[in-house]
Amino acid sequence: MDVPAPGGSAPVISLRGAHAVLGARPVLRGIDLTVGRGEVVALLGANGSGKSTAVRAAIGRVPLTSGELELFGTPLRRFRDWRRVGYVPQRSTAAAGVPATVREVVSSGRLARHRLRPLGRTDRAAVQRALELVGMAGRAKDSVSALSGGQHQRVLIARALAGEPELLIMDEPLAGVDLASQHVLADALRDQVASGASVLLVLHELGPLAPLIDRSVVLRDGRVERVARPEQLHDPACHPHDSEVVHPASAVPRIETGQLS
Amino acid sequence: MIEILDYAFMQRALLAALLVGVAAPAVGIYLVQRHQAIMGDGIGHIALTGVALGFLLSTNAVWTAVLVSAAGAVAIELVRWYGKARGDIALALLFYGGMAGGVMIINLAPGGSTADLLTAMFGSVTTVAAEDVTAVVLLSCAVLAVCLGLRRQLFAVCQDEEFARVTGLPVRLLNLLLAVTAAVTVTVAMRVVGLLLVSALMVIPVAAAQQVTRGFAVTLGLSVTLGTLVAVSGTVVSFYADVPPGATIVLLAIAVFAALAALTPLVTRRRAVRAAGDEAPAGLLSREPAGG
Repeated sequence: MDVPAPGGSAPVISLRGAHAVLGARPVLRGIDLTVGRGEVVALLGANGSGKSTAVRAAIGRVPLTSGELELFGTPLRRFRDWRRVGYVPQRSTAAAGVPATVREVVSSGRLARHRLRPLGRTDRAAVQRALELVGMAGRAKDSVSALSGGQHQRVLIARALAGEPELLIMDEPLAGVDLASQHVLADALRDQVASGASVLLVLHELGPLAPLIDRSVVLRDGRVERVARPEQLHDPACHPHDSEVVHPASAVPRIETGQLS
Repeated sequence: MIEILDYAFMQRALLAALLVGVAAPAVGIYLVQRHQAIMGDGIGHIALTGVALGFLLSTNAVWTAVLVSAAGAVAIELVRWYGKARGDIALALLFYGGMAGGVMIINLAPGGSTADLLTAMFGSVTTVAAEDVTAVVLLSCAVLAVCLGLRRQLFAVCQDEEFARVTGLPVRLLNLLLAVTAAVTVTVAMRVVGLLLVSALMVIPVAAAQQVTRGFAVTLGLSVTLGTLVAVSGTVVSFYADVPPGATIVLLAIAVFAALAALTPLVTRRRAVRAAGDEAPAGLLSREPAGG
C-alpha cells in the first residue's frame, strides 16, 4: 500500500449534485454519494434506476452534465492517480477475438503499477496473490473462455486486486455468479476491507456480502431514494416496495446447491 | 535451395518476405483481438491513393503510401471515437474513397494508367529494389518495436478498453499508435503480398494459431512463426514453380489454417483428459482415470 496522500481524511469518492444523460434521457438527476476511507457502500435499486451509470460516473466514464466529482479529494479533471482505483466492470459475455489465459488477464491489472517497465518480481507476486485470493491460482494457465460465469467474475476481481488498489469499484459483481463463487468473492472482499480498502459496489441483492456493507444507497429514477444500514433494508413494513428491489437472504429460504444461477 | 540465394533480387525478396511474415501477424493479433480483422483490408484500399500519389509525384511509392494510409488509419480511429450512429458507413466511404482516389490520381499522372496499380494490388516481391529494402527493414523494425515492446499495454486496451482507461493507460494514444502501426504494416507488406492480400497475412496466421492455443503470448509467438514460415516458403515455391508469390503465400496460410483445424479436436481431447487428471477431486470429467 502507498503512503496516504496529503489531505488523507478526504472521502475517497465524493459525488455532489451529479446529473448525467444517456442519449437524450436523464439518467442521474442530482445524486450525492460519498464513500469514506475504509467504508463499504452498496448501490441498490431496480433496473434503470441509474446505479450502473452512477458507478461509471464515479470513474469518469460517464460525463456529468452538472455536479462535481472528486476522487481522493482531487477533482476528476486533475485526478491522475488511477493506480489507487481498482475497477471491476460488469461482466460481459463478449469474448475477445484471441485467447488469453487467466494469468494474462489478471496481469493486465498490474499495468497501473509497472507501466512501461517489464513485469518484475513484486508484480508477479501481486498477481499470484490476487489469483490465490479468488481461488483461481489452479486455473492460471487456462483460457478465460473456458471458465464459467462465476469463475470469470473471480478473474475480473483478481485483475482489479492485482493493482493493490485503495478503492475498489464493482459493477454487479454477483450477477450470474454461482453461490460458491459468491462466497469466495465475499471472503476476498473481507480481506481487502480488513487491510483498509474502501469499496463502492452495485448490487441487485446483498447475498453473502450483506455483513460487509456499512451503508446502502438505494436509487430510484436517478435520485437517491434513501440511505440505510443494510439491516434496515429488510423491514417490509417500513418500505413496502423493497421486496421488488432487494431480496433479503433471510426472508427467502435459499437452497445452496452451488450450481450456476 | 542454395541457388536461389545467388540472385540478388531473390535475396531481397526473401528478406522482405521474412520481415513481413514476422510483422504482419504481430500487429494483426491486436486487430483480431478487438474484432477488427478486416481493418487491414480497409487500410489497403486507402493505401492505393498513396501509391498513385507516389507515381504522380515521381517519388518512392512506399513513403507516400505510408503517409496516406497512416492518415486513413487515424481517420478510422477518429470515426470510432466520434462517429455517431453509423460508423460502418463512414468506414465504407473512406475505403472506397481511397480506392477510387487511387484510380483517379494514377490516370491523371502523365503516362499513368490503372495497370500501374496492379503491382501494388497483387504484390511483386521479386521486383523489390535496393532502396525499397531499406524502407522495408526500417519500417518492419518500427512495427515490431511497437507490437512487442508495448504488448502488455496493447493487450489490455484490446482486451477491455474501459478497464484499460480506469487503469490510467493513455488509451487514445495507444489506439492511434496501433492504427498507424497497422497502416505501416500494410504498406510494408504491399510489395510482398499486395494490398488486396495484406489483410490475409495479418489475420490468417493468428486465426490458425488460436485454434490450438489458450494464451495470448503463445498465440502471438505461434502466429509470428506461422506467418514467417508461409511468407518465406511461399516466396521460395513461387521462384521454383513460377507462380505469383502473393497468392502462393496466402494459399499456403489457408492450408496451414486447415491443417491446424483438423488437429484441434485432438488437442482439445488431450487437454480435457489432462484437466480430468488434475482436477478429478473437483468432479470435472470424473469418468476419466485420474492422472491420465
